[in-house]
Amino acid sequence: MAELSNYILVGALLFGLGVIGFLTRRNLIVVFLCTELMFQGVVVNLVAFARYWGNLQGQAFALFLLVIAAVEAGLALALVVVLYRRRGTLDSEAWNSMRG
Amino acid sequence: MDSLQQYSILILLLPLLGAVLAGALGPRLLKGATHWVVILAVGGAAYCAYQLFEVYTHLAVHTHEPVQLVIYDWIGMGGPTSWLTVNFRIDPLALVMLLTVTFIATWIVVYARDYMRHHHHPERGYERFFAFLGLFVFSMCALVLGGNFLLLYLGWEAVGLCSYLLIGFYYDKPAAAAAAMKAFLVNRIGDFGFGLGILLIYLKCGSLDYDYVLSSAGITALGDWAPGIALLLFCGAVGKSAQLPLYVWLPDAMEGPTPVSALIHAATMVTAGVYMVARCGAIFVTSEAVMTFVAAIGGITALFAATMALVQYDMKRILAYSTISQLGFMFLGLGVYAADAAVFHLMTHAFFKALLFLGAGSVMHAMGGIIDVREFGGLRKVLPWTCYTFVIGSLALAGFPMLSGFFSKDLILHQALEVQPLLGWLAVITAGLTAFYTFRMVLLAFWGPKRLPFGVHVHESGPWIIVPLLVLAIGAAGAGYYFHEKLPEFLVDMMTPFDVAFEHLPPGAVVHGLSHEEVGLLSGVVAIAGIAVAVLGYWIRPDWSRRWREESGWLYILVHNKYYVDEILATVLVRPLQQAAAVGSAVDRYLVDGLVWLVAAGPRLVGFILHRYQRGAMQGYGVMMAGGLAVIIFLVFIFARVLAAAN
Repeated sequence: MAELSNYILVGALLFGLGVIGFLTRRNLIVVFLCTELMFQGVVVNLVAFARYWGNLQGQAFALFLLVIAAVEAGLALALVVVLYRRRGTLDSEAWNSMRG
Repeated sequence: MDSLQQYSILILLLPLLGAVLAGALGPRLLKGATHWVVILAVGGAAYCAYQLFEVYTHLAVHTHEPVQLVIYDWIGMGGPTSWLTVNFRIDPLALVMLLTVTFIATWIVVYARDYMRHHHHPERGYERFFAFLGLFVFSMCALVLGGNFLLLYLGWEAVGLCSYLLIGFYYDKPAAAAAAMKAFLVNRIGDFGFGLGILLIYLKCGSLDYDYVLSSAGITALGDWAPGIALLLFCGAVGKSAQLPLYVWLPDAMEGPTPVSALIHAATMVTAGVYMVARCGAIFVTSEAVMTFVAAIGGITALFAATMALVQYDMKRILAYSTISQLGFMFLGLGVYAADAAVFHLMTHAFFKALLFLGAGSVMHAMGGIIDVREFGGLRKVLPWTCYTFVIGSLALAGFPMLSGFFSKDLILHQALEVQPLLGWLAVITAGLTAFYTFRMVLLAFWGPKRLPFGVHVHESGPWIIVPLLVLAIGAAGAGYYFHEKLPEFLVDMMTPFDVAFEHLPPGAVVHGLSHEEVGLLSGVVAIAGIAVAVLGYWIRPDWSRRWREESGWLYILVHNKYYVDEILATVLVRPLQQAAAVGSAVDRYLVDGLVWLVAAGPRLVGFILHRYQRGAMQGYGVMMAGGLAVIIFLVFIFARVLAAAN
């Protein structure tokens, strides 16, 4: 049985990769994929802790999260399609009309 | 009981419905036929008023007890008692007022059909005019029918609003807009006192119903406040009925279309003050001083306005001053405990003054909008119907024996000579002046050589104008004789407080001067003398009047300029007020607005600093969030360390 810290390390790695990707990439789809990556990092943490404490709460929560992530992915991709139709590009820099 | 309720509700609803229909459907659907709606509505109200009278008189054959009809709870308190009900009071006074108002108004509306069609603006505003007329009649009926002071106040203000709308009917004319505003503002001054009076009544009595306030219990509750309340109420009457010093709005009100002048002067608006004082007689008679004050204001106004009418050239303005003067007579009558005579004069005056205004309107109609008697003359041949009806009206106004004005003026004079001999003799002089200025106007306009304004094609008006003139002429000629015994008999209930107070006057207060016959003879002679002087000066020897004018010198100039009252008011009141308003406006613009600006400046400054960090780029927000989160986590760690170290 692997150490708990190993799992947490994998989760933190996934989350960190997601953050870096989110901050550095400009393609909207990639940015969105990076948020999903962060999400999965959190889910790995949840499952690891569930195994560590020997109960099912964390795993049940993880299942909920997967469903919500799927729904949210559908919504977010639909938004990305709409944004692409508007500007003809996936560059997030094209959307800066909120500049103060 | 039921039919009383139905008819009284109909009297109110019909003119309101007519006004609403004319206003809503007129511009799109009815157009040139709008007058039918309002004629039928106001005529229907007149019919209902007559039916109401019939039912009431059969109900109360022996006594003329007031009938109180509760229509519905207006402001209820959830219990058996209600703070305020909408109730009507039907009694002889209300009936006389209702019949006069609706009858005269009907003929004025009929007259307006032709007058408004051909005059000035052929089609524009035609529907609006009739809608306002309907509303005016509705307001006046509400004022008269209401059984408590709040309804009275409501009608009072609504009448003021309608007069504003109608005087300013030609709103693109600056003079008309100014006159409308003047009428409204001057009335507000009076209404302020009136409102205070009503509030005081409520404070003292805890009720606004006539039934209670005017009963002996109510008067007792008013106590020492009664004379003060009477003065405050009278303040409203002075404004609405154009007495000194608040009469200034009435002559300017001539800027409205002529039917409006007729309506304001004869039937609806200015009579409200007389009605109110007659209605609240029980409050007024509590103090002899107040009654003397009312009589004095009336008597002095009558004389003052009559002198101003002597030298005017605008027919409508002469009639306006004569209205003020005649209203002065009515208040004199009220002040000398002859309220029935005052109400009687109100009624006869309604007939002949409506007739005179409509006649002047007919002249104006024929002259293409010119109403200055210096511009035309000798119209007797070209406008025969207008001329002879106008002469009947003038004779009635002058108090020529056996015509309507004679009877009512006579009753007032008789009592005035007994109670206030000085004011009584002033009134006799005023009656002579009235006869003179009335016939001066008649002779200048209708007699003498025929003169017409350049380029005017003269034509007698059509039947829509002539028929109302004829009907009103019959009323002006016969109403006095027909009613001079019936009306005081009918109003006996209203007279009770006045009579009781009159009986209790101190012994020296009443002088037994002239008998009824002697006063009648006196006023007849005075009237005929006034007419004779006018005939002499303006028809037989026109050069005499010119000489009178030249010889009176400064006096003529003073009177011709209306005693410079408008100018004095402008210097003493209007201009200082305008300056105060300018100061107020400056304070508002620079001080108050500056403070508001300062309050808004704080958030604006914060926004100015922060707005450069709002780049609009998604990744930028992401960095901020991540950085912010990092800082917070770092701080939490530090905090935890510090806590651990402390423990």
